[in-house]
Amino acid sequence: MKSTVIIFPGSNCDRDIANALQKYNFQNKMLWHNETELPKTDLVVLPGGFSYGDYLRTGSIAAKSKIITEVIKHSNKGGLVLGICNGFQILIETGLLPGILLRNKKLKFISKDVYVKVTNKNSKYFKEIKQKVLKWHIAHNEGNFFANKNIIKKLQDNDQIALKYCDASGGIKQDSNPNGSIENIAGILNEQKNILGMMPHPERAVNEDIYSNDGKFFFESLLT
Amino acid sequence: MKISEKIIKKHGLTLSEYSEINKLMERDPNLLELGLFSAMWNEHCSYKSSKKHLKKLPTKNKKVIQGPGENAGVIDIDDDDAIIFKIESHNHPSFLEPYQGAATGVGGILRDVFTMGARPIANLNVLHFGEPSNSKTKNLLNGVVSGIGGYGNCIGIPTVGGETNFDESYNENILVNAMSIGLAKKNNIFYSKAKGINKPVVYVGSKTGRDGIHGASMASAEFDENSEEKKPTVQVGDPFTEKLLLEACLELMKKNIIISIQDMGAAGLTSSSIEMSSKGNLGIELNLDKVPCRELNMTPYEMMLSESQERMLMILESGKENEAQKIFLKWGLDFSVIGITTNTKNIVLKYKNKEVANVPLKALADKAPVYDRKWISHKLPKKIKKKVNYNGYKIKDIFKKIINHPNICSKKWIWEQYDHTVMADTFIRPGENAAVIRIHGKNKGIATSVDSSPIYCESHPLTGGKQIVCENWRNLVSVGSTPIAITNCLNFGSPEKKEIMGQFVECVQGISDACNYLDFPVVSGNVSFYNETNGRGIKPTPTIGGVGKINNVKKIMTCAFKKENSNIIKIGKTEGHVTQSIFYREVLGIKDGPPPEINLFNEKNNGLTILELIRKELVMAVHDISKGGLIAAISKMCIMGNIGAKIYLPKKLISLHNYVFGEDQSRYLIEVEEKLTNDVQKILEKNGVYSEIVGKTQNNNLELDKEFSISIEDLKREYFNWFDKYLN
Repeated sequence: MKSTVIIFPGSNCDRDIANALQKYNFQNKMLWHNETELPKTDLVVLPGGFSYGDYLRTGSIAAKSKIITEVIKHSNKGGLVLGICNGFQILIETGLLPGILLRNKKLKFISKDVYVKVTNKNSKYFKEIKQKVLKWHIAHNEGNFFANKNIIKKLQDNDQIALKYCDASGGIKQDSNPNGSIENIAGILNEQKNILGMMPHPERAVNEDIYSNDGKFFFESLLT
Repeated sequence: MKISEKIIKKHGLTLSEYSEINKLMERDPNLLELGLFSAMWNEHCSYKSSKKHLKKLPTKNKKVIQGPGENAGVIDIDDDDAIIFKIESHNHPSFLEPYQGAATGVGGILRDVFTMGARPIANLNVLHFGEPSNSKTKNLLNGVVSGIGGYGNCIGIPTVGGETNFDESYNENILVNAMSIGLAKKNNIFYSKAKGINKPVVYVGSKTGRDGIHGASMASAEFDENSEEKKPTVQVGDPFTEKLLLEACLELMKKNIIISIQDMGAAGLTSSSIEMSSKGNLGIELNLDKVPCRELNMTPYEMMLSESQERMLMILESGKENEAQKIFLKWGLDFSVIGITTNTKNIVLKYKNKEVANVPLKALADKAPVYDRKWISHKLPKKIKKKVNYNGYKIKDIFKKIINHPNICSKKWIWEQYDHTVMADTFIRPGENAAVIRIHGKNKGIATSVDSSPIYCESHPLTGGKQIVCENWRNLVSVGSTPIAITNCLNFGSPEKKEIMGQFVECVQGISDACNYLDFPVVSGNVSFYNETNGRGIKPTPTIGGVGKINNVKKIMTCAFKKENSNIIKIGKTEGHVTQSIFYREVLGIKDGPPPEINLFNEKNNGLTILELIRKELVMAVHDISKGGLIAAISKMCIMGNIGAKIYLPKKLISLHNYVFGEDQSRYLIEVEEKLTNDVQKILEKNGVYSEIVGKTQNNNLELDKEFSISIEDLKREYFNWFDKYLN
């Protein structure tokens, strides 16, 4: 599969996601935000970080970058677009995904391992994942997803809620919600299910180390 | 303008220093020139009180590529990889404006590291706050932690370790020491020494504003009730610009264009231009009209003394300016050729076609006064002869108090606000003995830890100095790394007082003794004096940041118990040293008596034995025993592993309290499988290491003989809850 990672000024997970993609045999290219053309690609990734220093509002300045017009065109043709963390914030600012990401409930940056439950089974991103619960890391200040009742209902009815924060055994509880997100939402899809935005970082869980290697399930599923 | 006595004092110079300046210049300096001297001759930049004693520190071993004197120290970690690291203080600014002070502390140390051609791969910090009940502490704690996180998280470098302490001596003088570690290629390290004349001097990064003017001079003075007025001398950080500057510099460093480079840190444009040219034995001429300014009508004085952040000065190969400029424009940064190198051996400043300053570089850089300040030696405090009565102090109650004490309990509340996994190579995270970072794409890694022991250092500086080096070494050993070198940040009160100068001299001696013995040299660091308010100084607080090398990250060791029914073996002898322990000071309120003794032979022998056991894969968990003693160490192994332990007491026990809470040094706990215990004991015997089996791991409860039994759940509550309770 061909992938393209966009680098904005202030992106800081671009290298991490590129490393993960390469590890799972994606043919990956890096692209500077000022470019006006996308290379031939199946997947576009908007990486985590602090594009434009999070000034004004997270993701808002990056959402006006030249390349974003091309990303929208790519998604309109059914191409895959993945936004992780700041990438998710950018996708919301572009209007490609609904809702907003508020500051974390306790108004503090949170960096910790969380468990997420895969609640969508029919998108390209998750259909091959057998594991119900994944241990991934979050690291953000604005990951508190919010949307009004109508939008939430639409997301539920269309099976657009991709991931929910849960406990180790998959229980979706208030205790397992790190940032105050409504319905414990950690990631959502668009209606066509080709655009995914999520707060956790699967690209940081691709080492056979002592913490988690659960990112591999995501990338392997995406590749098949 | 005539330079009055008042102006001289305002510049932090003494009258005798001023007459020295007169002599060196053979005339009166003008105000701008006086400003240059003030910036270069203050304690922070000139090390005038410390220089004589710092010479004692060992700075070389076979892994050291660059010792002190550059932007940061460099060590060899084999193949073509080098590690570049340094720790630095940002104490005064952080007390005045905690968020910006701490943030710019992180920014400054990052620049020291990437200036040399390294990509930063890990940050650490040491924080000392006043006592929790002090009205300023909460605000300072919140501000400093947010500031460190705000900067490090944004730029995308993991903050992987640290130390936080609370003590009343920091009520009016907190300490914020930031450390950064970078990875570079051995054959592509950049230094600050200028070479060649008529080479372009280039300014890159942010524009210059009026912030931080005379910051280094402020950091070289005591505080008083008017210190709040110094707020405008605190710089404001912009991590986004720093991220762009980092990427732009690293991109340029791939080309053969940079002759030398230095960040504009303390004393900004003044120190960078003067240090680079004087190191190269050249002259330098700057045209200040070309300095990118943020504000209108900035004077040469303001431009030279501003400490605006995120700026670098470079000397480039002639004719390569355009190629370099392209890169900086791509990243949206200022790029301006502001001068040239010359052969005059003077710094010449021009503004609006006039020469506004002309000073011999030697006078500024090399002729700063060096003081041999008076100091007095601190005798080892006498042992407490009278028997201390422990009646009414139940072991269980003391134990709970200790693991719930802010200086012992988990600092998770702090490090969860720092992104500690970005870059995806953090193999051991905060909260362990030491952090471990893998070298990307390879099997090897580095371990790192920061430590300080102000209580031991105050009680007996010589012992305290040794102890911190040893504790740091122990932490690196515990995760299975070979300790290589350290950086240090020496935080003290006023060197003009002989007691405090004595603390400094003897702490440095202690550090030097331990570093020499352990072959663990100092490659970089900084000195922060004048941590005093209204004449009252902080406890002497040298901090040590160590780096060790790991050959295979798959073989790293953690302190978490791994399974039930294994043996817990204690390495090193327990004499029951309790004076200066947390038990005596915080529970009994007894503050007399000496700190625990350091035996460097045992330290090295025990540590090398631990490394042998880890490498032979004979142990499952390792933890050093430090503050809080044996029981605090065991409880942490239980908490981290979610596994209980049953601890037996030796038969001939002199004092149960002293055995359990004593802080004897050079000790470790290891978890060993029953069937491997014999093999382990053979090695311990062969190496002449004292050891005893103290207990077994078990399901769910930590039990101390017949004294108490506490569930891991309860233990966790005691260990993790202090910060939440304190801050809510």
